[in-house]
Amino acid sequence: MTINPTSLNKAIIYGAASGALYYLLFLNMDKTIEWATLTREGQKLYFLIPVIIPCVFSLVHGAFTAYFWDALGMKPATQNNMK
Amino acid sequence: MMDSISFIELNAFNVTLLFIVGFIGGMVSGFIGSGGAFVLTPAMMTLGAPGIVAVASNIAHKFPKAIVAALKRHKYGHVDWKLGIIMGIFAELGMLAGKIVMSGIKDTYGDTGTSLYVSFIFVVVLAVVGGFVLRDAYKMYRAEQAGADVHEHKKTRLARWVQSVRIPGTMMYFSSLKAEVSVLFIVPLGFATGALASTIAVGGFIGVPGMMYVLGAPALMASATELVIAFVMGLGGTLLYAWDGVVDVRLAMIILAGSLFGVQLGAIGTTYVKDHTVKLVMGVIMITVLFSRFFYIPGYLSELGLMAPITDSTRDLLKAVGDGTLALALLLGAVIILGALLKGMAAHRKRHEQLAMADGIEE
Repeated sequence: MTINPTSLNKAIIYGAASGALYYLLFLNMDKTIEWATLTREGQKLYFLIPVIIPCVFSLVHGAFTAYFWDALGMKPATQNNMK
Repeated sequence: MMDSISFIELNAFNVTLLFIVGFIGGMVSGFIGSGGAFVLTPAMMTLGAPGIVAVASNIAHKFPKAIVAALKRHKYGHVDWKLGIIMGIFAELGMLAGKIVMSGIKDTYGDTGTSLYVSFIFVVVLAVVGGFVLRDAYKMYRAEQAGADVHEHKKTRLARWVQSVRIPGTMMYFSSLKAEVSVLFIVPLGFATGALASTIAVGGFIGVPGMMYVLGAPALMASATELVIAFVMGLGGTLLYAWDGVVDVRLAMIILAGSLFGVQLGAIGTTYVKDHTVKLVMGVIMITVLFSRFFYIPGYLSELGLMAPITDSTRDLLKAVGDGTLALALLLGAVIILGALLKGMAAHRKRHEQLAMADGIEE
């Protein structure tokens, strides 16, 4: 298995960002439950939170996982005739 | 009822389990376009999440995952965005219709009635479509063994007919089909995909084969385009459930953490395999899932008084066997995908080395 240094650097950067996001979520776990309860009680603006959080996490963590596999050499086939 | 909803406590065991289940579900979804929901929703319910929270949290992790996977597959030229968005819009309508049917059954026959209905739909759809997909995969495999050119995508007779029908004012060109098709054929397919998604949580079991056999899309493009449909449906579903305040974003994000690792790997896997491997994985998962549902049916029938009562312990045992079979289906899919990926990568590398060596000799 050959490690790709460029992808590894990017994986580290996005991995750190993803880790930071998950740490923030961990710190605010009780708040997410509170926001859901408030939404159920009628404060409907909070409904956007569970829509926005997955989008942000997806972008950052998605980039991290892509670079992670790339760094490990798990790349897509480059030509169709290689199938 | 909504006020009584409670979110579960999270501990290291819960988090690890959800991460692993998310990874396997993601890998299958990235490869065949759908399927992960089978284990994710039951896994959350097993951990104690109320059914509606499990469904809502599953859908909240699904829509961003689907778009990440779709963008990845877009790079490989697999995605037909136009077809995906149009089918997705009609799938939303199908989801609403599916929910109305479910509510009607629930009002008349209760929760057991809906469970029996879901199992019945599972068995019928998976037997018909799964059998068809497996047969097709086998035929393609045989043709390849006989030396036929399997890279050339062959359209079914039905797809050729669908593409030959001209209905003025409804014709649209789709890149995945390399042909114009009337939107009137796409409407019922999208609708059925959504209706199935709201019934068994995996609409792709109609959407993907529908795109392949009815419209004439190659399997790789159909499975990738299904991700766009899943995104459109998932976004709509998430907005509805989030409005009701039943999405547990903590659960959704833990699943997403594992799932995105899996989805990327599944998507990479598709570039190393032939169309028949995608069909084989899809067919194997569908048929295994079908068998898992058989173990639930005696319990429901006995509860509804349609057969002699069975003891609670027998029902629990049958349910455990059913859950085990379901997990096996996903594991089996994951093993085939990983195997195909590693085998494909090794062959790819060998071919590159041979080409490099041949270049060296020529010089």
